[in-house]
Amino acid sequence: MASQVKVSGADLELIDVRKDFPGFTALDDMDLHIPAGEFFALLGPSGCGKTTTLRIVAGLETPTQGQVLLGGQDVTSMKPHERPVNTVFQSYALFPHMTILENVAFGLRQRKIDDPLKKAQDALDLVELGHIGQRRPQQLSGGQQQRVALARALVNRPSLLLLDEPLGALDLKLRRQMQIELKAIQMEVGLTFLHVTHDQEEAMDMADTVAVMNKGRIEQMGAPEALYDRPKTAFVSKFLGQSNLFVGKVVDSNNSSVSIEVGGHAITVDKKRAEKHTGTIAIGVRPEKATFHTENPKLGSDHVSIGQGEIIDIRFTGVSNQYLIEVPNVGEITVFAQNIGKSPVIELGAKVWVSWKVEHSFGLSDLPDGTEDQG
Amino acid sequence: MAFAAFSNNTPNKNSGAPVKSGKIVLALLLPGLIYLAMFFFIPLVALIQTSLEKRISTPTVSFEPAWQWQNYVDVIDRYLPQILRSFGYAFVATVIALLISYPLAYFIGVKVRHRPVLQRLMVTLVIAPFFISFLLRTIAWKQLLSDNSAAMDFIRMLGLIGPNESFIGTGGAVIFGLVYNFIPFMTLPLYTTLERLDVRYLEAGSDLYASPSKVFRKVTLPLSMPGIISGTLLTFIPIAGDYVNASQDFLGSADTSMIGTMVVQDQLVTNNPQSATALSVLLMGTILVLITVYVRRAGTEELL
Repeated sequence: MASQVKVSGADLELIDVRKDFPGFTALDDMDLHIPAGEFFALLGPSGCGKTTTLRIVAGLETPTQGQVLLGGQDVTSMKPHERPVNTVFQSYALFPHMTILENVAFGLRQRKIDDPLKKAQDALDLVELGHIGQRRPQQLSGGQQQRVALARALVNRPSLLLLDEPLGALDLKLRRQMQIELKAIQMEVGLTFLHVTHDQEEAMDMADTVAVMNKGRIEQMGAPEALYDRPKTAFVSKFLGQSNLFVGKVVDSNNSSVSIEVGGHAITVDKKRAEKHTGTIAIGVRPEKATFHTENPKLGSDHVSIGQGEIIDIRFTGVSNQYLIEVPNVGEITVFAQNIGKSPVIELGAKVWVSWKVEHSFGLSDLPDGTEDQG
Repeated sequence: MAFAAFSNNTPNKNSGAPVKSGKIVLALLLPGLIYLAMFFFIPLVALIQTSLEKRISTPTVSFEPAWQWQNYVDVIDRYLPQILRSFGYAFVATVIALLISYPLAYFIGVKVRHRPVLQRLMVTLVIAPFFISFLLRTIAWKQLLSDNSAAMDFIRMLGLIGPNESFIGTGGAVIFGLVYNFIPFMTLPLYTTLERLDVRYLEAGSDLYASPSKVFRKVTLPLSMPGIISGTLLTFIPIAGDYVNASQDFLGSADTSMIGTMVVQDQLVTNNPQSATALSVLLMGTILVLITVYVRRAGTEELL
């Protein structure tokens, strides 16, 4: 199948899409553009509107307002069966009354495409399940069903493939394997993939672009590296990985940097990495970017240095140790140190200083929940 | 469910249970076994035996045990129109009941699924007619469908039947009564199947380019086959043996007699138990053969 004509997907555009359910708004005036051939992930907690978005694109829900364009064509009023879109459902939804081969051939038969069984067999071969075409869905494992669901969608060569948490039901090892296969298939067939997930690792691992959704809106969108390196809101900084956040009033601002004061310590961020430069702002740093020292490190102005604090918790997670450090008037700071034999041998209750490079700080546009604006 | 009772792939449970519990199992089964023996097996044997008795008319009417197969030939000869009519009426009434019940059961089981109060109310309404004796309800229909009733005046006004025609006493009236009386037995099994229908399969079907009518034929219908099979069996079997609706005292006439009507007449009126029992055994045998063929076909067909 790989050697056949390469099909390129279509681009997807959502313009001002809104979806109201009785009592709440699932999607709040959403605008989104996904270029053709891209692997795009919608990431968010349950109830954030990501599945509603996917169902609107598939045609299974009608938006309250707004337009859905696929390859430039308005498909908003088209029924699901009229749209060149296929879905890999979270539950797989393989028809229990048909064989695996007939499941895969279903879409081809509906469109009266020649030789449906041959093409279905090819699609099953692609997902390495060519030998189980005569079995029933109930006889397959979760991982096999997932691959059949993928084959059943891919065989139709849709312009856009929708993936609704398709890996959610699989165990960790199988999920890793399927992630790699899914990405390989996407590159091979060149379709546009819209992947909905609540698993941040999965989204970052596979997607070209990730959009983080919260409460019916996209909070931030970008390449996984960019999102991780510079989250712009408190929600993104906490949902995508972990963050230490510090809230304080701006006490110093020059051409290149902004500093806030927290518990007697100055915390600095590069101006170009900060969303807000005045008033009360939140500055964060990733736990693995921070290090700790047993003595006051006396670093220059290119570092943020906080201390003295006390180690109140140590967790061993394999590749790294996670230290929780309580600093008076500042709060708790998490530091990840890789287990490569370089970090100091340290015990619970030890007195330490925490530091990181200013270039690793990021300034947020909002404040974390539960903090008061001190301005 | 009736479907399970007729399916031939029920796994054989080899009891690997310890011997100790064997006695308890037997003790628990005993009342049921005694009941079956007394009220099913013995009457069945008596029925078959009576149907094969030889009738001696001279000097007085008396019977002696025999293997009188001629009894069967006689009843087929005499009652062929009634036998054919019974199965014909049963078939038509079952099909009509299915056509009415399916949309109703689909509505209750799928469409109002998220409104449990309404759903329960509708299920209750389906069963509600059972709260009143079915004889009373059929007599009520006899009044309503009689020539001088207001309902019939209305139907005549609509031109559905001619000004001097009767509806009561026709095959149509009997089939109407049969459908009315047995339709809950169709609706309920359909409802229990459709209530568990996973609508995600329907979404998957429409996602895979099937129009709503195609989704119905290729997905919904095959997935509701268990309900259709049990529903049709639960209506067809009692309808084929029904003796009330077709009777002249209710909705029928001499021209609408079914097997049940003739059994009643032979047994209670003309005092010919051999004929009545032969007819009963014939009815039972024919139904058994028909449903075996039906379940086999429906169970193995791919329906694709």
